[in-house]
Order: sequence, then C-alpha cells, then structure tokens
Amino acid sequence: MGYKIYREKFADLFHELRASYEIYAPVTKKDKGMYSDTDLITYDKVESFTEIVFDKKTFFSPKEIVFPIRQTLFYFTEDSVLEPTKLEKDIVIFARACDINSFRSLDAIFLQNGPYEDPYYKKLRQRVKFILLPCDGFENCYCACLGTNITDNYSAYVDVRDDAVYCKVKDAYWKGLWSKYGEESEVEPRYVSKNENTFEIPQKINNSIFEHQMWSEYTNRCTGCGRCTVVCPTCTCFTVHDIRYDDNSKYGERRRVWASCQIDGFTEMAGGHGYRHKQGERTRFRVLHKISDFKKRFGFQMCVGCGRCEDACQEYISLKNCIHKISEIMAEEEKV
Amino acid sequence: MSVDTKKLVKNAYRVTKERYLTALRVRVPGGHLDTKQMTLISRIADRYGRGEVHITTRQGFEIPGIPMSRMEEVNREITPLLDALQKTTGIDLKVTFEGYPAAGTRNVSACIGNRVCPFANYDTTRLAQDIEGIIYPNDFHVKIAVSGCPNDCIKAHMQDVGILGQVEPLYDSKRCIGCKACVDNCRKRVTGALKFHNFTVQRDHEKCTGCGECILKCPTAAWTRGEKYYSVVIMGRTGKKNPRLAAPFLRWVARDVVLKICENLYSYIDKHIDRSLPKEHVGNIVDRTGYPVFRDEVLQNVDLGERAMVAKHINFGGYEYHSNASF
Repeated sequence: MGYKIYREKFADLFHELRASYEIYAPVTKKDKGMYSDTDLITYDKVESFTEIVFDKKTFFSPKEIVFPIRQTLFYFTEDSVLEPTKLEKDIVIFARACDINSFRSLDAIFLQNGPYEDPYYKKLRQRVKFILLPCDGFENCYCACLGTNITDNYSAYVDVRDDAVYCKVKDAYWKGLWSKYGEESEVEPRYVSKNENTFEIPQKINNSIFEHQMWSEYTNRCTGCGRCTVVCPTCTCFTVHDIRYDDNSKYGERRRVWASCQIDGFTEMAGGHGYRHKQGERTRFRVLHKISDFKKRFGFQMCVGCGRCEDACQEYISLKNCIHKISEIMAEEEKV
Repeated sequence: MSVDTKKLVKNAYRVTKERYLTALRVRVPGGHLDTKQMTLISRIADRYGRGEVHITTRQGFEIPGIPMSRMEEVNREITPLLDALQKTTGIDLKVTFEGYPAAGTRNVSACIGNRVCPFANYDTTRLAQDIEGIIYPNDFHVKIAVSGCPNDCIKAHMQDVGILGQVEPLYDSKRCIGCKACVDNCRKRVTGALKFHNFTVQRDHEKCTGCGECILKCPTAAWTRGEKYYSVVIMGRTGKKNPRLAAPFLRWVARDVVLKICENLYSYIDKHIDRSLPKEHVGNIVDRTGYPVFRDEVLQNVDLGERAMVAKHINFGGYEYHSNASF
C-alpha cells in the first residue's frame, strides 16, 4: 500500500515508531571525519527523522548494528559464566537496496554456514526490520551488475521529495500506523537501473588466477590497513579474546572482535606461520571470496557492489578495476 | 637623487646593492593568494622591474630591479594587493594607494594546512590571516609562522612565535578492532604515547603531542577528532650571534589564546624595547628581561582554559657563534 505523508506528519509517525523501535539510519557526524573539518557519514541510532541523511552513501556499512565491532559474548568469574541479557527494542534500519541485500550475505555466513547458527548474531538479526531508501547511485557503485540494486526484503519504503514523504508499506503490522498519518497514493520504490560503472563479474574463474602475476601489483600498493574489510557490508571475519580484568584476573569476559584478512596477524599460527604474508596474496583471498568462493558455496555473490572498499582505500585500489582485470585474464585464457 | 631610506624601508622596499634600484616585498599572509594577485605581481615585475620575482623564505614575493624613482607609481599600482590584504585579514589600512605602511612585523607564514594536507589539524591560512589582522601594520621586528600539526613543515621552530596545530584524539574502545596501527605508528613516528594493553589502546596524555596521526591510522573510527588545540613555541631564531630552535611555551590552548598572546606580545615589546637602538629583535628583549617577565606579561588577561600547560622555565640553549668549543 502506498501513502503520501507531509513532512511534519511523518515526523509524528517517526516519533511513534521510535517508541517501539531502535531506529538506525545514515547520519552526519559533524567534524568526525578522519581529516580535520570534515564530517563522517555513517549509520547511527537516530532520535528524529530530520537527522537522517538521504543523499549520501555512508562510509561504514550497517553490518555493525547486527555484528558489533566488539561484542561481549559472556562474562566469567571463578566458577560461573554469565551472558549479557539486556532486553532491547526491535530494530529498524533505513537502508538502500544494496545494504539490505548485504544482510543476505551476512545471514548465509552466520546462519547457514555449517551445522550451527551463530546465536549472538541471530539474537540481534531477528529483531531487524528494514525501511528501504530510494537510490540514484553513487561513485564507485556497481550494484546493477550484481542484481543487488533491487530488493523486496523491506517492511516499508520511504522517499522524501519536496514537502512530502512517499511511502510504500509491505508489513501488514505497520499499515495502520502509516494510514493514520498519510493519504493513499501510488508509490513504487525507485532503484538504480544502471550504474556509471558497468561490467560483468566473470562467471567462471579458473584456478590459474591463483598464481597469476596480477596480484604482485597489490603487494606493492596495499598497505594492509584493513579499511576495505571494515567498511565492507559483507565481511564477517572475527576473532575471540578472553580479557581478564586488571584488578582481578580471575574475572573477565570473552569478547569477539572484528578481524581482517588484510591485517597482520590474521589466521597466524604458532611460530609466526601464516597462510598469506604478502598483501597481494591477501588481496587475492579477499577478492576471490567476494566474487567466487562464496558463490560456489551459497549460490549467489557475496559482494553487493556498494563500492565502499574503493571509497575507503587510501591507496586508491579499486575492486572493480581488479575484477575487470580478472575478467580480461579469463577471457584471454578462453581464447587459448 | 634624494631618498629617505628609513621611509623606503618602512614602505616594504629595500636598499639594494645596485644604487637607485630597489626591491618591493609583497605580503602574502598564510602564503595563500588568488591568481588575480599573481597576475598583478607579474605585471609589476614586467613593467617596473626586470621581469623577475623572488619567492621569499616567508612566503612573500620580492620584486627586484625597481627604480627608486618609480616607487610612487608602483605603490599606486599595487592598490589591489593592499585592498585584498584588508579583505582577507580584516585590517583597516585607511589608505591603500601609498604602498605598505610597515615592514618590521614580517609576513605571517603558514604550511598548506587542512585545505589540502590530510595531516593538518586546522585551517592554517585562516589563522595566519587572522594573526596578520591583529599584528599588522607594525614596526616591531617579529616573525610568526603557523603549522597545521606538530610535524612543523613551515619551520615554526625558527620563529619568534610558532603555532603548531593539535587535536585531542578521542578513543571509543567499542569500535577498536585491536589492529594496533595507531600504536605502531605512534611508536615509530611520534612519541610512543599509545600502548596496547588487554586488547585495548591506552593513551598517555603527557606524552601525546596531539598530532592526530592515530585518528588518520584508525580504520574503524575508534579514534576520532575531539577539540582543536594549539601549542606555541617561542624565540627560535637564526642570526649571526646565537641561533636556536624555539622552545615550548604553551600546550593545549585554544585559538583565542593564540590570538590574544600575539596581541599581548606587542605590548610587552613596547614596554621593554631598547629605543636607543635602530631596532631590537624580540628574542633579544626576552634574553634581557628573562622568560618569566615575558610569560607573565604575554599571558596577562588570557583565559588559558583547563587543558593548558605553561612552561615553568625555558632554557633557550642554541649555540654561540663565538664559542670555539667544537673546533
């Protein structure tokens, strides 16, 4: 069902929504950019509708809402273990199609990868409802190449234009709330149909790519800072630490923390042995996971084409450029 | 030809080795000017000089080869430069067609700052222009430079007053993935103010220079920018007698404090300068009065703020040219 709701009315609707939900959306954090006098656009909890930024891509992805950067799994004492039990409200996330689709990749890893579901992820994830935002595309995006430009996984859609908010509500539970504030109107979500960057993800990637010299370029260029993985909406690697509190080492907590395949220490073994020492090898691992290995396991691409890895890379390394190179190499091999 | 050289010097010209030829020094506060002014400078060099411009160490331009007889014409022609100076700095020069009204207080120079440089903690150009607005025109011989961060690319440590930009880094442990990029970088490139303990970063405020490198290194924005602060170093100099690096005077002070101490510096000089000399450099005045007198007078009526640190003593050091100890 579609609705047209005037801005002031929508603010009231939002207020009512906030009584029942924790609402996350893209916001501007003034002067919190890495460089001085710059802002950070990121997801955060919002109190009012006016805080939401509709015209910019966030630097970080919404994954941290369901997969916190640091998460206490349990506390331990000498003879007991205690799980954090704080009951929270359900969660609403305002997101574009690519970001909503990224949750499909997260779900696959946390809930369908092996015999056990990840209970810590599930606990947060099952509380999430999405409000879809329209999108006209941004720099470095290529969602349309992956089909992640479109989604039907949303409870409502909102598009702010001029003095009104045009909405479509799919969630039966929410229809009452929406009809209270708006008049019925024909609304269909606006998606990006074609990005500025258009290319094909290679369907078949031969193992020959593994030893290809193309990766040595990244050994020279990549500094291993890990930004590409922390901003990625689909990177899910983590490590686990047992922290013993300073004033009493018999007490502490087990914590899981994001890890990055690009940063030193990832999958490091006793004696300093590791699988991938060179940054080129680490880039290969990341790229092939995004566009090949994950698909072999789950049947769809992990990457959603949001372009954040490229937005964030301080060395101007472009994933789409890398994918393009792989395509060319594979096409060349086909000919031979 | 009769020329009042004192007046000429005050007018930002100089007596050169070539008789009857002078050179004009153009002020460029903050080292930043628009291309229209560049065009005018170039036109003046072509028309009155010998088609050459020298870039000075203080980021001004010096136009050599100007006949002394044509100074008045040149002054009229540089009116747009003085108008622009008024506009960018807020100075009221009263008259802008008679050339520069003073040359003792030198051009305030600045590194490129945060309009371009990722490391800079503030807009150095703007601060340089605001300082110029407070201290110019003035005959006292004072050199000031402002740097965007403690790396001090502008060599603020070679000035009477050097301003270095600081930022208070704020750490949100909930966002930290423990990659140690900040800790390693601080140890290798800065003062080693960060320590990794129990999978969390600890910062030693005493050691921290406020350079902001941890914020730049952090991939997750666990480190973000807090308040802007400034540190002030004083009485650095070259010279033929006792060259030395500037010494730390203030740390973690606000922008208002910086502007106020620049203003107070001039009252201090006015009070203590040896007027029997043709000119006396501020560093020599501080040598005579001692640092505590300088400190107390320059900090008069200054609200330093909670965070501020003030040097209790300063040993300026440097070396004496007449000392033969090394030879």
